[in-house]
Amino acid sequence: MSNEEIKNVKELLKQAVTPMQNTELRCDLWPQMLRKLEEQPLPIHNVSWFDWALASLAAAALLFFPGIIPALFYHL
Amino acid sequence: MELLERFAAGDLEAFEVLFRQHQKEVYAWTVRIVRDTGIAEDLTVETFWRIYKHRAGFKPDGNFRAWARRIATNAALDHLRHNRQETTLPENLPSASRPDGAVGRETRDCIRRAFHELPAKYRLVATLALVEEESYDNIAQAAGISESLVKVRVFRAVRMLRKKLNFLRPEVATK
Repeated sequence: MSNEEIKNVKELLKQAVTPMQNTELRCDLWPQMLRKLEEQPLPIHNVSWFDWALASLAAAALLFFPGIIPALFYHL
Repeated sequence: MELLERFAAGDLEAFEVLFRQHQKEVYAWTVRIVRDTGIAEDLTVETFWRIYKHRAGFKPDGNFRAWARRIATNAALDHLRHNRQETTLPENLPSASRPDGAVGRETRDCIRRAFHELPAKYRLVATLALVEEESYDNIAQAAGISESLVKVRVFRAVRMLRKKLNFLRPEVATK
């Protein structure tokens, strides 16, 4: 496909989907932002699921194999 | 403490200042992608919500404007993914071309529908590169991809559109 063909499709497309003329924001969105922050409070601890899974695995290992605790202390 | 440092530390007032400084620009970028003022307003708020959520990951010596634009692009892309139109195009179209080279209303509708059926990532680059005539460099930065990948996606988007338009009316596609 040549540049000419790209140009043709571009011209066709621009007849159907015109560039946005008015991109001015009509109102201040801060009140909406505050509302969203109130509705969807951010998690206090922003820890990913992977970190939680890793911590759970470590805790389970210590629980089921308590024999590794002295070995862990020895290596610390 | 600088504004961006205060924002990264979770200061809501600093966030408000940044919000007011950048909301117009984020909105203007988003509305050019989604092409709907109401959705663009919602996505602007969503973008800043993501910005605030991930503030700890922002380096205060970084470029907030570029970071915001990238998050806005991702938010718009998520919207396009979840709102992709799946319509069937009519097989028999009325006369497409006019003597002045323009296309008829029904053909325009079909082109628009074919465009809306493009997968989101192609529609994003096609809108910005072909309709809005944004530079490949700007698109690449905003989408977090290389300039060459933008070119590839534009090329593929054009090919997909051509294929759909060929199916509709060969003379339109080869105009």
